[in-house]
Amino acid sequence: MRHVLSAVVQNVPGVLSHISGMLASRGYNIDSLAVGETETPNLSRMTFVVVGDERVLEQVRKQLEKIVTVVQVDDVSAHEHVERDLMLLKVKSPPGGQRSEIRELVDIFRGRIVDVGHDEIMIEISGRETKIEAFIERMRPYGITELVRTGRIAMVRGRNDEDASTDGPQLHDSSIRKYLK
Amino acid sequence: MATADQATDNQLMNGADILVKSLVDHDVEVIFAYPGGASMPLHQALTRYKDRIRTILPRHEQGGSFAAQGYARTTGKPGICMATSGPGATNLVTAIADAKLDSIPIIAITGQVPTANIGLDAFQETPIVEICRSITKHHFLVTDINDIPRVMKEAFYVATTGRPGPVLVDMPKDIQNSACVPDWDAPMELPGYFVEERTAQPEQIKQVAAAIKLAKRPLIYAGGGIISSDSSDELRELVHKTGIPTTMTVMGLGALPNDDPLSMDMLGMHGSAYANWAIRDCDLLIALGVRFDDRVTGRIAAFAEHAKIIHIDIDPSEINKIKEAHIPIVSDVKPALQELNKIVEPKEDIAEWVEQCQTWKRDYPFKYDTQFEGITQQHAISELSRLTQDRKTIISVGVGQHQMWAAQFYKFKDPRTWMSSSGLGTMGFGLPAAMGAQAAHPDALVIDIDGDGSLQMNIQELACCYCENLPVKVLLLNNQHLGMVVQWEDRFHKGNRAHTYLGPTHHAEATGDGDTKYAEERYPDFVTIAKGYGIGAATVRDKADLVAALEEMINHDGPYVLDVQVPYQEQVLPMIPSNHTVDDMIIE
Repeated sequence: MRHVLSAVVQNVPGVLSHISGMLASRGYNIDSLAVGETETPNLSRMTFVVVGDERVLEQVRKQLEKIVTVVQVDDVSAHEHVERDLMLLKVKSPPGGQRSEIRELVDIFRGRIVDVGHDEIMIEISGRETKIEAFIERMRPYGITELVRTGRIAMVRGRNDEDASTDGPQLHDSSIRKYLK
Repeated sequence: MATADQATDNQLMNGADILVKSLVDHDVEVIFAYPGGASMPLHQALTRYKDRIRTILPRHEQGGSFAAQGYARTTGKPGICMATSGPGATNLVTAIADAKLDSIPIIAITGQVPTANIGLDAFQETPIVEICRSITKHHFLVTDINDIPRVMKEAFYVATTGRPGPVLVDMPKDIQNSACVPDWDAPMELPGYFVEERTAQPEQIKQVAAAIKLAKRPLIYAGGGIISSDSSDELRELVHKTGIPTTMTVMGLGALPNDDPLSMDMLGMHGSAYANWAIRDCDLLIALGVRFDDRVTGRIAAFAEHAKIIHIDIDPSEINKIKEAHIPIVSDVKPALQELNKIVEPKEDIAEWVEQCQTWKRDYPFKYDTQFEGITQQHAISELSRLTQDRKTIISVGVGQHQMWAAQFYKFKDPRTWMSSSGLGTMGFGLPAAMGAQAAHPDALVIDIDGDGSLQMNIQELACCYCENLPVKVLLLNNQHLGMVVQWEDRFHKGNRAHTYLGPTHHAEATGDGDTKYAEERYPDFVTIAKGYGIGAATVRDKADLVAALEEMINHDGPYVLDVQVPYQEQVLPMIPSNHTVDDMIIE
C-alpha cells in the first residue's frame, strides 16, 4: 500500500536530518520526500510517500509524531486529495529535426518549454506521478540528457458538501495558534 | 519554577551563569561534570553556585553520565551530567543511548566550540547534536544566549514528562562567555509536544474492567512504566483487589514486593519458569508500562498467543509496535490504574488459576546447587539479600550473568531500589550508577553487584567514590570470564572460547582447556587495585567465610570492593534461547 503523509514541523535547524535519520534507522521504505516552508515562517511542511501495510503506516506516523519538533502528521491519502510532482528535463533537440514533434508532446502533456539551447531544450512539467512517468517514456527516444524531479507534494481537497466536517485533517488549533502568536 | 530571585532581576549575566542558575531553579542538587576547554566557563560558574549545587568529578565522562542515570533511576528526578566538546561529548553517547532505551530522564550538557568555529573541524569539535539525534528524546544546540532560560525549561520539561528520556543541550563556548539580561519567564515553544492529552478515557477503563471480569486466567505484566510513573502503590492495590498474579520485567522489579504471594517474579529469557508458563497459558494479559522487548517475548508469535491483550502505555508508538493489543490505551499508567481501581471488581472465579500459578512457583523456583563446596554467584547474592533485607539498600549491576542472577535472587521489595542497564545492556553501568544513587541517598547502603568484565569497564570510578566520599560497595562476582558469553559458547558453540577469558592469553582457560572449576591463576588483583585507589577491599573463596566477608563489606566505613572468587561454569537458568518459545525453555 502506498500512503502520502504530510507533516507540519517546526522550522528549526536539523529537523529534516532528524526525520530522515529516524526513517532510515527504523528501516521504513520512503519513496519520496519533499520539504518546503509554509504560509507561516516558523513552520515547514514535509510530504512523504510511504510504502507498507497499515501497521507500517501506523508506526511511521507515530514515530514521526514522537519527534518533538514534529507538530502534526496527517495521512493525506486517506482523503480526497491532489498530488503533484514537478520535473525539469533536458532533451536532445538539434535545430530542425524533431523539435516540433517534441513541442506537440509538451503541449499534450501540458508542460512548458522553458529554455532552448543550440541542440537541446529544457521542459518543465508538473502533474501526478503517472503522468510524469509517461512523459519521460515519450521523451526517451529523443535522448534525455538530464532530468530532475521534486518529491511528491499533496493537499487535501476543499469540502464540497455540508456534512463533510470530518473530512480532511484539522490543525491542532490551540497548540499551533499558541505557537504562532 | 524558573522565576528569578530578586537579586538577579535585570542583572547582566554570562551564559554559563544563566545555565547554572537554571539548574538551581530546577532544584538540581548534584551534577556529574568533567571539565575541558569548551566547558570551562560552565565549571567556573558551578564554583559560584557551589552552595546550591554539588559538583561531582567522575574519572571518565561515561562514568559521570551513568552516575546521572543512577541519580535519576533512584529518585525519579532528572540526573544531570556535563562534559566538554569533542571526546568529552562522545564519551556521553553510550549513557545517553542507554537512557533512551530505559526511559531515564537525564540532561546531558556539553560544551561546544565557539559558534564561529562550528563546522570548521576545530580542535575538539564533534557535531554532538547530530550524533545524538536518534538516541535522545530531544536535543538543543544553543546559538543565542537569550534562548538559554527557555531551552533549559524545555529540556527539563521534555526529559521528565510523558515517557521520560535523555535530553542533550550543546552550549558553544562563546555563548557561555557572552552576557545578557536573561528573560527567566520566556515561554516554552514546543508546539509538537503533547503529553497532557495522554490519559485513558472512562470508556477505555470500563472496557478493561469488563475484560478482567470475563477473564478466567488473567495475568499482569508490569514494566518500567510502573516505576517511572511512581505507580507501584496503584499496581499493588489492583493486584490485591483483584487477586491477579503479576509478573515483572527486569525494569519493573520492585513494583510488587518479591515476597508477595501473587508475585510471579521476572519473566523472559532468564525469567522464572512459572512466569513464562503463566504467560503461555493466560487468557488475558494486562500489560502495564511495557514494550514487549524481545528478551521478554522470545518468538513473538508464540508469546501469550491465547490471550486477549490490554496494553497501557504513555508512548503511542509502543502500542501495536511488536504485539497487537486488543484493548490499546495510550495513557500515563498511574491515572489509568487509579481509575481502574475505582471500578474493578474482585476476581472470585480465578482460584484455580491462581492455585496453578502458585503450584508452579512452589515446584519450580529459581534454584542453584546449594551443595557446591565453594561460593556460587547465586549463593553470594542470596546471602547478600538476606543480610540487607532490613535496611535501605539500593542495588546496581553490570551486564551479564551476575545481572540476571541479581534479578533472580535478590529480593526487591520497593521500586527504585534496583538499577540495571536493561535495554541497551551496557557493561560498566554498575559502579557509576551506584555512585549516582549514593550521591542522591547518602544514608542508603548502595551496592554494585558486578562481574569482573563489567567492573573493569568503569573501574576508574573507584577514585571518584574515594575522593567524593561516596561509600559505594562492590560485590565483585569474579569468575575471570565473560560469563554470559561463555554460557552461550558452551551451549551453542561446543565450548569454543572466543576471547571470553579475561586473564593472560597463555593460560589454559583462554582456549577453554582449563580443567578446574575455577580459573586458578587470578588476574588482575582487584584487592591491590582497590587499595591503590585508597578504598577497602578483601577477597573471599571459602563458603564458610562468605557471611563474615559480606558483613565486613556492609559495615565498612567508606567504599569497599569484595572480590568473591566464583567458578566459571555456572549457567543462568532457566533460559529460553533467543527467538524461541517457552516450550524450548531450558530449566536444568
